[in-house]
Amino acid sequence: MTSSGAQQATFDASVWENLPTDTGHFGTFGGRFVPETLMPALEEMADAYSRVKEDKEFNAELERLLKHYVGRPTPTYFAERLTDKLGGARIYFKREDLAHTGAHKINNAMGQGLLAKAMGKDRIIAETGAGQHGVAGATVCAMLDLECLIYMGEEDIRRQELNVFRMKILGAEVIPVSSGSRTLKDAINEAIRDWVTNVLNTFYIFGSVAGPHPYPMIVRDFQAVIGREAREQIIELTGRLPDLLVACVGGGSNAMGLFYEFVRDADVKMVGVEAGGTGINSGMHAATLTAGRPGVLHGARSYLLQDENGQVHEAHSISAGLDYPGVGPEHSYLMDSGRASYVARNDDDALRALGVLAREEGIIPALEPAHALAYVIDIAPSMSRDEIIVINLSGRGDKDMETVVDELGLRG
Amino acid sequence: MNRLSRIFERAAEEDRLVVSIFLTIGHPSVSESRELTLAAIESGAEIIELGVPFSDPLADGATIQASSYKALQQGVTMRDCLDVAAAVRRKSDAALLLMGYTNPFLAYGLENLVRDATEAGVDGLIVPDLPPDEAGEFERALQGCDLSMVYLVAPTTNESRLKTVASHADGFLYCVSLTGTTGGEQIGQGVGDFLARVRRETSIPLVVGFGISRPDHIASLRGKANGAIIGGRFVRLIEEASDDERLDAARSYVESMVEAASGR
Repeated sequence: MTSSGAQQATFDASVWENLPTDTGHFGTFGGRFVPETLMPALEEMADAYSRVKEDKEFNAELERLLKHYVGRPTPTYFAERLTDKLGGARIYFKREDLAHTGAHKINNAMGQGLLAKAMGKDRIIAETGAGQHGVAGATVCAMLDLECLIYMGEEDIRRQELNVFRMKILGAEVIPVSSGSRTLKDAINEAIRDWVTNVLNTFYIFGSVAGPHPYPMIVRDFQAVIGREAREQIIELTGRLPDLLVACVGGGSNAMGLFYEFVRDADVKMVGVEAGGTGINSGMHAATLTAGRPGVLHGARSYLLQDENGQVHEAHSISAGLDYPGVGPEHSYLMDSGRASYVARNDDDALRALGVLAREEGIIPALEPAHALAYVIDIAPSMSRDEIIVINLSGRGDKDMETVVDELGLRG
Repeated sequence: MNRLSRIFERAAEEDRLVVSIFLTIGHPSVSESRELTLAAIESGAEIIELGVPFSDPLADGATIQASSYKALQQGVTMRDCLDVAAAVRRKSDAALLLMGYTNPFLAYGLENLVRDATEAGVDGLIVPDLPPDEAGEFERALQGCDLSMVYLVAPTTNESRLKTVASHADGFLYCVSLTGTTGGEQIGQGVGDFLARVRRETSIPLVVGFGISRPDHIASLRGKANGAIIGGRFVRLIEEASDDERLDAARSYVESMVEAASGR
């Protein structure tokens, strides 16, 4: 539908490393498709971010909190039993599930929380799907003494009840969203409406590498710590770079966090795994890059699940964190330029993979990274023992136990 | 001189504001939207914003969101909106604008849109999630045809952005009266100062929208703006009226607003 594929047919790292442009574009993707009311706030945020990015004190404080509060660096773990079982490539897990609050989301929430403080904003809003970003936001707000409102779809409130309790205990107000599909997409709409109304005193802590500029850049930069650590750790452990990086993609923040530091390493392949729901052909999925086409949602142009009239499709996934019909614009750019590729794995694949990891390694992953793991289970046997896969284990599975127990018929 | 310019010029000569009515096409049905549009025009509205429904209308409050949702439930498309425009154009010389979000316009294809909108007698587009910074593609597609690309400014718009938006302004500037979404029942408190600030940057007609619901809101804008847009309140009226009262209710409401706009 667009000519973007043709224009960006080959990846050029020297072009990519200067992206996004000042106006937030990654080639034809990204930008700021928002009501005029928000444009000055986005400009103010981009300015403030470019100041703190170079500020020694800000960075020292962020580093201190990531180390002593979040628990970074998280380990990179060689999954020997899983590797032996699959009989192929050596599999390493970047253990973001061991970060405080149980997922990678805290890296970004901490960064944006400090940015909000630096900008003098004392009212925080955030959206959440799986609840991990909401919990991370509520955690940071408690720690930094900021008022916190979390928008969450009613459907997600139902299936991620544990995280709703956590947010409330942390002192955040959870606002149920009943419009549309009552999931992440609609929570973002409602959060943006709140921001349009309260923009003067409110900072919107956005959870993914999607949304209007500067969010895709800011969230990427705050999550890039994952890949920086992983690169150093895998070299220390194996003496070389990995052959393949794998991460799940909803909006795409954990994948971008892992990929970013490796993008210039042309020999490192990068695969993002989307949620295939009950199958791409069923139409009930969240495989935006695999099965969508470019469009505009939530302030950015990117791949999008939509009908022929440009109405946004509801996404479907067993995993609330992947249940999103859009995706970060930089992923669209990496795909169209050929630097990264994207596949989908279904609900059932993810459930099976979760069970495999639990039994082989004693780690219960969240359903989101279980999609990435499902792909690794398929691909690793065809690779050699000399090859190395790093997979981002972006979160732990506690929040999903209700869903998993029901799906696997383990109750009673 | 195009239709919009003629309308604003005539209103200025007669010392009145132009009244513009927004409604969502397909709420409650496409045929009723057509009838309601004609009724609004007969009652003195001179600009009609034909709302193109979208699944994710993030600048809209609950009222217009719900109308958009209901329209989509019936499968309303861009083509339906263009058909309403064409039918109204055959009977009326009011200005007709398509108001909708970026994605459905892109999905329709901008070349197709320009061709079909021109053929239907549409006068321009209002796209609330498309600031001029992102509108290059739209502006190029509209070049050389008689469709205006109407932009919005808001109370949060600072001086440097005001200059940017004003330099792209076409037809009129849509001045958002408050910091918020559509569907409120009050206009922004500082709207007078805001309009004066905008007026310093441009001589293009200024039309105020968001929160305008009562005749005294319109009356208070006389001398400060060139027109007023009634959206959320009109959509709520459509929603709340029974089927057999809807057209009459729309007529008498628009008449009361037009009277206020004329200083009567």
